[in-house]
Amino acid sequence: MVALEKEGANIVFGLPGGANLPIYDELYKSNIRHILVRHEQSASHMADGFGRVSRRPGVCFATSGPGATNIVTGIATAQADSAPMIAITGQVPTKMIGKDAFQESDIIGITNPIVKYAFQPMTAAEIPEVVKKAFYISATGRPGPVLIDIPKDVQQNEAEMTFPSEVKVRGYHPWVDPDMGKIERAIEMLLSSERPVILAGGGVIISGAFAELQSIAELLMIPVVTTFKGKGAFPENHPLSLGPIGMHGHAEANKIMVEADCVLACGSRFSDRSVGTFEEFEKNLKIIHMDVDPAEIGKNQTTQVAVVGDLKSSLRIMAKMLIQKAIKKSGDNPWLKRVNETREYYRQNLKLHPHPLGAAKVLRKLREVLPAQSIVTTEVGQHQMWASLFFDVIHPGTFFSSTGLGTMGWGFPAAIGAKAAKPEVPVVDIAGEGSFNMTENSLAVSVLDDLPVIVFLLNNFSLGMVAQWQRTFYDRRMIGIDLKNCPDYVKLAESYGAQGIRAESIDEIGKAVQTALKSNIATVIDIPIDPQEDVLPFVAPGTSLKDMILPS
Amino acid sequence: MWSIISVLVENKPGVLFKVTHLFRSRNYNIDSIAVGVTENPEFSRMTITTVADEKQLSQIIKQLEKMIDTVEVKLLEEKKSIYRELVLMKIKINKPSDIMEITDLANAFKCNVHDVRKSSIIVEITATPDRINAFEDLVRGYGILDIARTGICALERGVPSES
Repeated sequence: MVALEKEGANIVFGLPGGANLPIYDELYKSNIRHILVRHEQSASHMADGFGRVSRRPGVCFATSGPGATNIVTGIATAQADSAPMIAITGQVPTKMIGKDAFQESDIIGITNPIVKYAFQPMTAAEIPEVVKKAFYISATGRPGPVLIDIPKDVQQNEAEMTFPSEVKVRGYHPWVDPDMGKIERAIEMLLSSERPVILAGGGVIISGAFAELQSIAELLMIPVVTTFKGKGAFPENHPLSLGPIGMHGHAEANKIMVEADCVLACGSRFSDRSVGTFEEFEKNLKIIHMDVDPAEIGKNQTTQVAVVGDLKSSLRIMAKMLIQKAIKKSGDNPWLKRVNETREYYRQNLKLHPHPLGAAKVLRKLREVLPAQSIVTTEVGQHQMWASLFFDVIHPGTFFSSTGLGTMGWGFPAAIGAKAAKPEVPVVDIAGEGSFNMTENSLAVSVLDDLPVIVFLLNNFSLGMVAQWQRTFYDRRMIGIDLKNCPDYVKLAESYGAQGIRAESIDEIGKAVQTALKSNIATVIDIPIDPQEDVLPFVAPGTSLKDMILPS
Repeated sequence: MWSIISVLVENKPGVLFKVTHLFRSRNYNIDSIAVGVTENPEFSRMTITTVADEKQLSQIIKQLEKMIDTVEVKLLEEKKSIYRELVLMKIKINKPSDIMEITDLANAFKCNVHDVRKSSIIVEITATPDRINAFEDLVRGYGILDIARTGICALERGVPSES
């Protein structure tokens, strides 16, 4: 506990059990706040949400065996989205390891491919250094989850402890100084290209390089698209912003991305969901790739210039070079004209779903009433992609989603974690009922631990994204998608002591959000939408961005 | 492309598991792997041979470098390194003269001969994979009863400052 306190951890999310009781007994004596979850998976998502928002590792506790396996999904989610997290699990006593003891699971083995690193201290004396190293590894470089699995006897034993002020890990070099020469080349390449684009990925948000990115875009007058994970890396109401590309990217963003001849990719791993087919994407495109993780360079795309290093430093150096060279491009050029026309065209001509509670209308209303600095999380499914399309992020770094692993049930507990990290701002989980069902028991946490968040529930009584794929790719053979309007989410919320509001018109939605914002208690806003609405535009899996399907 | 990668790793439990798991989860191929402690007991050296195209090979090396328990990752050039594999081969003896013939072949390949029996003989060969294959071809006619191979073990020639 002292080791945790020394790392600045003041809150943990967890659930006790036989093999971590000694840890909890120490927690009893410490000043660290404990948030009792109803399922360990939610503890890991809360720690993840806390970590993404505060940009320092969130901590979760689970006991051995099923407690530990319940956080596996949360660890995998954090790893896929490079979120800093420390998971501390209890383990059976050292003498019992390998004996198939009660509640024993080889969690180190199980989580090996989904953690940044894992420790299993075998003596109490190791713990301070292990905790220090865990925080160091989790938070630096490309962040990620670190597991500490502590056998019960190691938790109980007493030892002379020394708390190191610094740790070194021999095989770990998270900081590389960006290569100035390569940044120079990147600038030359951008200046010599006719149709440049900036592609901002999640790395911009993780490193907080918002100001640097914006100044480069403005100095060079280059339009900015983002990946879905990078959504909100750049203010989406900025004149140079085109929004996310990808499977459900903005039509204008996909269109311009395809037409570009040079891309400055910042902190992006070129996910298949963002770029479509790898071969088609890099055709006729010069790629400049900036990333903190050398292993991302050339993984999915061939790059012409690669700048490895902390993104914020790389972008800052680039911005300084531009200022020194007195480079300030004007916006009066054929490419930007084309960009603006394309955006205008799609804004005017893209057909929206005609239903009175069409997703665009609903989410634009939410944007209208929600303060710009509010934090938004999402679940996974249609509502998530509608949020990407129709909910503009104005304040950079306020939008979070399970983009890599695509974990349904992530958004609500992550929102609670986000609220713990930033209690002063409203936090909204844009949800679908299919996802919300998976972790709805976190309502108890939101109510009892005074971490009020708003669940903005786009309820189409079905697993909407699966239904859309069955409509589109399986000739409308609908199976396994009908959720039959069960449960009643207003009553569900009320049964937990939360506020439940059903909003059946755009006007009622606005009022419900305002009520929720004022009330300061956990609120579920149940919005019955049209189960037939598809998410469009749509780039079908295995096809390229130019083959985008538009609403007809 | 067949390649030899030499990886210096922390000598602690679970590292071999992590390295092999990396190959499994990223769908890379391990042709052979040989592990042993180095002159410094804190480190082990893994010699991994793999078949991969250039792009995949560069990813394998980057992913290995990214691992926290790896200290140094080197792609060895065949010409600039010494690489050997040790193979024990149990060969069938069909008639008494086979023993002489096989022993002669073994001498030509600088092999050691062990466990000479009426019905079988074990030959120990330490060589490059090419030579081992050549030997195997030559004795196949007698009937090979069993083979155990260590996998390739390799070191770069000279000291780094020379190259």
